[in-house]
Amino acid sequence: MTAVGADQRQQLAYVATQAADARLNVEIETEGMTLNIGPQHPATHGTLRLVARLDGEQVVEAEPIMGYMHRGYEKLAEVRTYPQVTTLINRIDWLGSFANEVPFILAAEKLMEVEAPPRAQWIRTVLFELSRIANITLFLGDMAVQLGALTPVFMAFRDREFVLNQIEAATGGRFHPNFDRIGGLKDDLPKGWIDDTKQVMEKMRDFCDEFEELVLGNEIFEARTRGIGIVPADVGLSYGLSGANIRASGVDWDLRRDGHEALAYDQVDWKVWTHPDGDSFARYWVRLQETREATHIVDQLLDGLPSGPIMAKVPRIIKVPAGEAYAATENPLGEMGYYVVSKGDLVPFRVKIRSASFSNISITPWLLKGVYVPDIITILASLYFILGDIDR
Amino acid sequence: MGLVASGKAPKPLTKLLNLGRKYSIWMYQWGLACCAIEMGAVIGSPRYDVMRLGVIPFPASPRQADLVVISGTVTDKMVPSILRLYQQMPDPKYVISMGSCANCGGPYWDSYSVTKGVDQVIPVDVYVPGCPPRPEALLEGIVLLQERISNEDPAARWRGDPIVVD
Repeated sequence: MTAVGADQRQQLAYVATQAADARLNVEIETEGMTLNIGPQHPATHGTLRLVARLDGEQVVEAEPIMGYMHRGYEKLAEVRTYPQVTTLINRIDWLGSFANEVPFILAAEKLMEVEAPPRAQWIRTVLFELSRIANITLFLGDMAVQLGALTPVFMAFRDREFVLNQIEAATGGRFHPNFDRIGGLKDDLPKGWIDDTKQVMEKMRDFCDEFEELVLGNEIFEARTRGIGIVPADVGLSYGLSGANIRASGVDWDLRRDGHEALAYDQVDWKVWTHPDGDSFARYWVRLQETREATHIVDQLLDGLPSGPIMAKVPRIIKVPAGEAYAATENPLGEMGYYVVSKGDLVPFRVKIRSASFSNISITPWLLKGVYVPDIITILASLYFILGDIDR
Repeated sequence: MGLVASGKAPKPLTKLLNLGRKYSIWMYQWGLACCAIEMGAVIGSPRYDVMRLGVIPFPASPRQADLVVISGTVTDKMVPSILRLYQQMPDPKYVISMGSCANCGGPYWDSYSVTKGVDQVIPVDVYVPGCPPRPEALLEGIVLLQERISNEDPAARWRGDPIVVD
C-alpha cells in the first residue's frame, strides 16, 4: 500500500460523497432488449422460436412462436386410409415413433369393435416401452449437453443404438416402425429376439446407473437445475402438463396405470415415480427413474409373453363404421390422444390429435417470467418437448 | 488467390487445393425434423463418427461453414430463414439435402404447409434419400460430396458461376 497524503485523502472523500449523491439522485435505468432464440437453435430440439424481452439479465416476458414444423397432420389424415395414417403419425414424436401409433390404432379398434389378441397386446406394450427408452435416453444426454457437459450425449447416442437395433430387428424400421395394425401386429417377433432384448435391457440399466452417478451426482448439474423452473402442481395441472413433467411436481398420475386402454401394463409389477420438488432437477430425476422402470417392465413382459395368434380377424379392406372414439396413452412425452370421427368410409372424417408437448410448452410464458438468461435453456431442456409433437 | 479465381491455376495446384478443401469441411447442421436425430447420430454416435471423414460439425455460425445439411421437413414458414442462411455462407458453399421431405416433400407431398423440396429455394449438391436415411446414408452423401469437390474447378465456385448439378 502506498501512503496517501492529506490533500489526496480529502480529494477521495469528495469523490466518494459525489458518487453517493449520484446514487441517490439518479435512478439507474436499464434499457430493455429483445432476444430472439431460434427458429433454429441447438437447444430447442427442432425449430421452436422464442422471443424473450429482457431487462438486463432477467426475462420480463417470453413468448414461444410455433408453426415452423407445422405439416398439417389433421388435414392429411382426412385423405389417407386408416393403414396409411399410421405411416404419417409415426413422424409426430420422432424419437418414440411406435408409441404414436398405438393410441390411434386403439381408437380405430374401438370403432371397429375388434380387440387384438393377448400376444399382440403384450408385444405392443414391449415395443411401446422400448420406444420410451429410446426417447428418454436421448433426453438424458441432451439436457446435460445443454448445460455444458458434452460427454453424456455421446454415451446416450452409443447406448441408444442398441435399443434401436432391437426395434429394427422386430419391426424392420429403425426409426419409424409402422408396425401396428388394426387388430394386431404385422409380424411376430423374430427368433432369438427375446434373449437379445434382455441383454440390451441389462445394458440400459447399467446406462442408467452410470448417468445417476455422472449427471445427477454432478455438483455443477445440481447447482444449475435445483430450484430452477419450479412448477407447482396446481399450476401445472391448469396448464395441462402431463407425463414426467407433472409427475415431477408430485402428482401421482400415469395413464399406463390410470388409463383404460387394453395394454398389458396391469399384468406386470411396476411403480410410478414421482418427485415432490417440481424443479428442473426433479424432471430429470423422474425421467431417469422411468427409464430404469421401463427396462424392468420389458423384462417382465418378455418373461410372461403369452402364445397365440398376433392378428385378430379383420377384413382385408378396412372400412371403419360410423362413430366417434377417443383413446389416449402415456407416451414418452406425456398424454397423447386421438379423437377419431368416422363416417363409415375408407378414410377418417376427422382426426384430432392431442399431443403432449403442445400443452407442456404452453407453460413457458408463465415459467420463464423473471428467470435469468442461462436458465431459459435449462427450463426448456427440462420441459422436454419435440417440435413435431408441438406443431404436428 | 488471383490465379485461382481467374481459373488459370496449374492442374497440380488445383488438385492440392481440392485435397485440402475436401478434408476440412465445416458442416453446419440445419436440423428440422426426424432426420436431425439421424444427423445427430452421425455427429454424436461413436458408431458413425463423421469426423473421421474430415468433416467438422458445430461451426459457430453459418458465416464459418462450407457445407449445410438441410435435414428434415422444410415448411413455407421456414423458407425465409433457410434462404438467409444460404446467403450468409461464404463461397464456395455446398448443400446436402437429407431425407425425402427436404428432397421432394416426402410423405407430406399433398400438405398445404410443406415446401415440396428445398431445391426450389437453394441449389442442392447431394440428395440423400430415405425417410429418414440411415446414418450410413448421410456418410455416403458426404463421401459423394467430397468426390465432387476433388474433381471440380475451384475457380467456378469462387467466381460465382451458376451451379450446374449433374
